[in-house]
Amino acid sequence: MQNRRETLKQSLAVASLLGATGLFPQHAFAFNRAAFDAKNIADAVKAYGASAPVESKDVSLTAPDIAENGAVVPMAVASTLPNLKHLLVLVEKNPNALVAKFDVSDAVEPNFATRAKMGQTSDVFAVAITKDNKAFFTKKEVKVTLGGCGG
Amino acid sequence: MADPMRIRAQMQGDKAVVRVLMSHEMETGQRKDSAGKVIPAWHISEVTATHNGKPVLSAEWGPAVAKNPFLQFTLKGAKAGDKVAITWKDNRGETRTDEATVS
Repeated sequence: MQNRRETLKQSLAVASLLGATGLFPQHAFAFNRAAFDAKNIADAVKAYGASAPVESKDVSLTAPDIAENGAVVPMAVASTLPNLKHLLVLVEKNPNALVAKFDVSDAVEPNFATRAKMGQTSDVFAVAITKDNKAFFTKKEVKVTLGGCGG
Repeated sequence: MADPMRIRAQMQGDKAVVRVLMSHEMETGQRKDSAGKVIPAWHISEVTATHNGKPVLSAEWGPAVAKNPFLQFTLKGAKAGDKVAITWKDNRGETRTDEATVS
């Protein structure tokens, strides 16, 4: 009978072996550095292999008109498009545009809410990427009275 | 070790709304300390959620997610008593997993 500790130890060993042989598809769960380093919306979307985004009513973005504190800006993205792959939240004038990427699966609704930092008044973009690598966006201007980056 | 997450999973109709509040500094890498040196970025980079052990959501976050991040998502086909587990991993390799029961 194996106990939990042994099982964990063995699965760790197997994982590291797989990693060493390169069998493990590391890119499948690696942090997409290129996307998060992108300075603008187009580059971030491109880093996920999608075409240039087009405006669409099927993507929705919920964010305040005026954010008093740019350090905490609530925003929510949702989409009614079929065959979704990713939902992205981006802030155009942040030093790095991409805020968050959510993978859509069948088990969850394509509707996510989080809070973001905004350095200054900017357009906020919600981008939906479908499985055939088409991108759709909605944008909304959020006015920031107090910045969230730098101090 | 980071503080535990606060997870609330509540049924609404046949779906469960999961709200998570994580405890993390989320340093952007843009700020400077009093000596003028840039404080290195330290943020949650990957978030995953499982429903009764089955992965349902994965997300990648940049440093622009607010301090002590909040996340809300809706789980389809859940019922009361189901287990929802959330795991995050930050760019220093620290991870934390917490579990909650759908009510």
